[in-house]
Amino acid sequence: MAENVIDVKELWKVYSKKDIDLDVEDEEMIESLDSSSDSVVAVRDVTFSVKPGEVFIVMGLSGSGKSTLIRCLLRLVDISWGSVTINGQEVTAMNKKELTEFRRNQAAMVFQHYGLLPHRTVLENVSFGLKLRGVPKKERRERAREALKIVGLEKWDDYYPAALSGGMRQRVGIARALVVDTPLLLMDEPFSGLDPLIRREMQDELVRIQEEFHKTIFFVTHDLDEAMRLGDRMAVMRNGEIVQIGKPAEVFADPADDYVARFVQDKREEIRKTDEQMAALVAQSEEVVSDDVS
Amino acid sequence: MFPEAFKYSVAKSVNHAIKWLLNTHGSAFDSFSSGILGLLLWVQGILVSIPWWAYIAFIAVMAWIATRKIIPVIVLAVLPVFIGMFGLWHLALETLALVITSVVIALAIGIPMGVLMAEAKYFAEFIKPVLDAMQTMPSFVYLIPAMMLFGLGKVPAVIATLIYALPPVMRLTCLGLQQVPKPVQEAALAYGATRWQLLKEVRIPLAMPSILAGVNQTTMMALAMVVIASMIIDVGRGFEAGISIVIMGIVIDRITQGLAKRWDPNRK
Repeated sequence: MAENVIDVKELWKVYSKKDIDLDVEDEEMIESLDSSSDSVVAVRDVTFSVKPGEVFIVMGLSGSGKSTLIRCLLRLVDISWGSVTINGQEVTAMNKKELTEFRRNQAAMVFQHYGLLPHRTVLENVSFGLKLRGVPKKERRERAREALKIVGLEKWDDYYPAALSGGMRQRVGIARALVVDTPLLLMDEPFSGLDPLIRREMQDELVRIQEEFHKTIFFVTHDLDEAMRLGDRMAVMRNGEIVQIGKPAEVFADPADDYVARFVQDKREEIRKTDEQMAALVAQSEEVVSDDVS
Repeated sequence: MFPEAFKYSVAKSVNHAIKWLLNTHGSAFDSFSSGILGLLLWVQGILVSIPWWAYIAFIAVMAWIATRKIIPVIVLAVLPVFIGMFGLWHLALETLALVITSVVIALAIGIPMGVLMAEAKYFAEFIKPVLDAMQTMPSFVYLIPAMMLFGLGKVPAVIATLIYALPPVMRLTCLGLQQVPKPVQEAALAYGATRWQLLKEVRIPLAMPSILAGVNQTTMMALAMVVIASMIIDVGRGFEAGISIVIMGIVIDRITQGLAKRWDPNRK
């Protein structure tokens, strides 16, 4: 089992107002869940695996179940059916205590809304995971300082998160995930809230960090650019199902269905438009232009 | 008119119940009563032993920490001098001892109960109507049985104050905990926080402004209740005493609210 970092088999997650005992073999039940307004099938029969050192992207529109999927990996939401195995440990079979140990030592997560503690300084935030583990204060401060150096925030130790910009807050979020030194990094749309320039910068930063640390990264995004830039492999989700898995270039070149095609179409359109504009610019530059060209 | 046949009075049974309590468990109430009285007198002893100018200095320092403005510091420090001028300094200290004792007991019960309300939904559903009853019931309804059970004097005043002042701190503690942003809690859980760690490291600190607002409210209500509990007779004296209570109220309110604001994590 050592070859895969993440193994997910037949994973289902149903949100329901009533308590239900899901049985995926029971087609009538699934149908009634789908048609009922009291329940939502957020993740539907998802199976995939992630290899060590891989950057695995999950892409989909909002509501496609990708955020639920990443939460299933740490059991931040209750899993309705199926199994999740991470680093050879079956997460779905753990009791409360084992789950706490697992979360402390096996995986670290970065959130879209940062999830920083507003009443703690940057340094205390970064060392939070170590504190939960019971690491002595002196050691955790040292390690947190090192992690802050990696993300380029070494001078911001004693500031509170409110004093930081969005990009800097997410750097703190990344430092917090690095400091616990887990083999697996889970990232839930970490750069979606940032403006395009900063987003780009953060992506480069992540690439650099990945070159240095060779983590396994499970990365959720709705941004195709981001998926293409960062991903070794990607899965496209729709209505809780994975509709295609492959290398980003493969998905881009050979979409499995209409939905994926529409996803990549904008990107193709963009490329085509850019080509046209470039051609037009080249043509114009040979004339005298008085209008604004934007 | 409501049909005569359905009329049923519980007044007698309540009287009987109180009498029965007095007869069978009188000594338990007495020892409880003397315990509270002991605490009260201990607090009062400490308060009386402090010279008056030390209070003024203490208020000035606290006002400075709370507001960081010079005018409120002067106003808040000068106001208590009037209490002394009216010749009510000693009585004011007795009142203050009553308030401090009630508030300390109220917080010692109220904050853990508020946490329990936020953690256990069924408990909250059960306790909310009880809190409603505590807040709406006219104080005389429980003052008289309290006097019967605990004797005349200060102890029933503490009990009545507790009944009246406990609900706000419980409610505000619970509310504060419920309002802690979900993403922050989720992040703590993802890094392996246990339920207790989540409470201690994340939820209680983030609920602190609301909890402190509860402390403030409880203190104010305790002050208000103390007045009802220790009736004022002479009109002229009553006026002076009323002013004194208001002065104490203003000073305590301004300082605790200022401190609560200083504690707010979002202002850092």
